[in-house]
Amino acid sequence: MDDTIKLSVINMTKLYSNGDGVKNVDLDVHTGELVTLLGPSGCGKTTILRTIGGFIDLTDGDITIDGKSIITLPPEKRPTSMVFQSYNLWPHMTVHDNLEFGLKLRKIPKDIREQKIAEGLSLVKMNGFEKKYPGQMSGGQQQRIAIARSLILEPEVLLLDEPFSALDAKIRMEMREELRKIQTDLNITVIFVTHDQEEAMMLSDRIVVMSKGHIEQQGTPRQIYDNPVSRFVAGFIGEMNFLDDGTGKQIAVRPEHISVTKGEGGILSGTVRTVMMLGHYLEMTLDTDKGLVKVYINSDQADEFEKGDKVALNFDHTYSYNKE
Amino acid sequence: MEENKTANDTMQTERTVNPYSAKAVRRALGRKRTGELLILFVFMLFFYGPLIHAFMLAFANVYQAGDIIPSEWGFHWWSYILKQQNIPRSILNSFLFAFCSTGLSMLICIPAAYVLARFKFKGRKLIMFSFLIGNAFPKIGMYTAIGIIYYKIGLMGTFFGVLLIHMLGTTMEMIWLPAGSFRSVPKHQEEAARDAGAGPVRTFFSVTLPIAWPGIVVAAMHAFIGSLGESVGTLLVGLPQWRTMMTEMYGVILDFPATAGAVFAIIIVVPNMLLLWIMRKYVSADTMAKGFKMG
Ligand SMILES: Nc1ncnc2c1ncn2[C@@H]1O[C@H](COP(=O)(O)OP(=O)(O)O)[C@@H](O)[C@H]1O
Ligand SMILES: [Mg+2]
Repeated sequence: MDDTIKLSVINMTKLYSNGDGVKNVDLDVHTGELVTLLGPSGCGKTTILRTIGGFIDLTDGDITIDGKSIITLPPEKRPTSMVFQSYNLWPHMTVHDNLEFGLKLRKIPKDIREQKIAEGLSLVKMNGFEKKYPGQMSGGQQQRIAIARSLILEPEVLLLDEPFSALDAKIRMEMREELRKIQTDLNITVIFVTHDQEEAMMLSDRIVVMSKGHIEQQGTPRQIYDNPVSRFVAGFIGEMNFLDDGTGKQIAVRPEHISVTKGEGGILSGTVRTVMMLGHYLEMTLDTDKGLVKVYINSDQADEFEKGDKVALNFDHTYSYNKE
Repeated sequence: MEENKTANDTMQTERTVNPYSAKAVRRALGRKRTGELLILFVFMLFFYGPLIHAFMLAFANVYQAGDIIPSEWGFHWWSYILKQQNIPRSILNSFLFAFCSTGLSMLICIPAAYVLARFKFKGRKLIMFSFLIGNAFPKIGMYTAIGIIYYKIGLMGTFFGVLLIHMLGTTMEMIWLPAGSFRSVPKHQEEAARDAGAGPVRTFFSVTLPIAWPGIVVAAMHAFIGSLGESVGTLLVGLPQWRTMMTEMYGVILDFPATAGAVFAIIIVVPNMLLLWIMRKYVSADTMAKGFKMG
């Protein structure tokens, strides 16, 4: 990753005929950066990605790559490449022909084409699948091929629209790790769309949190986790307890920022409701007069707490938001 | 201990009395199977009976109406039919019309079907529906009306006139199924082609058309068979210049015994069977179902 800006979305608005869409989106993506658009379903992530790919026209604003506007170009003329959630591959072509299609259109000679196809397949660990048809492969394998097909075209910006969300949890995890590795090795610029905050945290150099057609917050995973700017972001990223403070505001506190001791006192007192063992830490749910509160404690304290125990809570760090 | 025993006992009794026991179910199913087989048999007889009868008649030299089996077997009527002067020519004509009408309607209808499948515009459903209405009209009334127009513009008895009549049927076949096939091509696959660098036209020919192809082939086969079977229209506007197998068949049935008609029927059925056989890999319930959605 470096400091040059590869892609800019400038005050972009896209409204569909029914009034839905995205408004006033500003976004810069640096060369070699992996930026994630994160938000609940329907918040406009796909809309942004498809305007960049050229599949929908914008209502207002501009999109530039290397400083040049691309909004008048059709998809086939844009230096972007897109991977969708599913149905990416052409079912009547073999893996080889799927990969070769774009190379042929670029009039690349046969021997170089074959070389690039082989490279692409080994990048996604799919050597030997040349003769298979998409219908003969699992969903994960198809997505690997789809990613390879995009990669070998060497796009300026790679666009990925929830590419792993149709896959099993285990394969999804593997694919994330591989994608991240390929992306840093090749230093490619990627915009990745997901509604899964965990996925976004794992993958991203930078996360763009979206809500209802606009950007709520942009920043590194750390920045967003440590300093959520709004009640929405605080609730969407990571675990967070929200407590009414009685003045129309809400106190927010992360489970790991709560210290618990046995007995009375503290900022808040409560009763242990459940204790759950989660490997090297414990998750406890406490009944308090401000509602249920979730806390994490070290597993070496496991024997200290039991259901029904009276406990005292102290907060190391809190946030305050206007009630939504 | 005591409790355990009672539980065991209950289970034992249940096994013999329970109406849902494996034995009872099997017995009931057996009875049902027999019924199903009987229904299937009656249906098969109803469906294939006339076919078998016609097949038998075709190889009868002498057959008295009412008999079950012909009194003399042989190829008498085959040689008779094949010696008729008009018949080879009429077979040729049938295929000529079928090829031309199917081919032309493919050229016209495939783009139209694509437009109907992919673009939302006012009156789209109405247009789709109107192709069905065409089938609802009594054909003979339509042909009479067409005949009047043909007389006025001099199309009566011409190749082009008959071809148009055949295309009336084939175009209808070539709209619905192909539109359904185009609709079932996932949009993402077309977008992926654009994304890879293909323009709209190349995308259509490299991605959309090949994926929709099975449905189109089935439609073309229907159209072809439909054209081979067209009779009334050809009879009204084609005769005497243009004769097809079907129009000749009318003559044969009117002028000769049933055995001659049977021979002719088999001659007509053979190409249809062949076509179905060749196209069998395309004909699936799935392709058919896709075609009959309004969408
Ligand atoms: N073609 C369309 N026509 C009308 N509204 C649409 C269209 N596509 C998406 N929308 C609406 O725009 C909003 C954003 O959609 P989308 O970008 O798909 O969200 P996301 O990808 O974040 O789930 C949603 O409210 C959705 O219903
Ligand atoms: Mg989406």
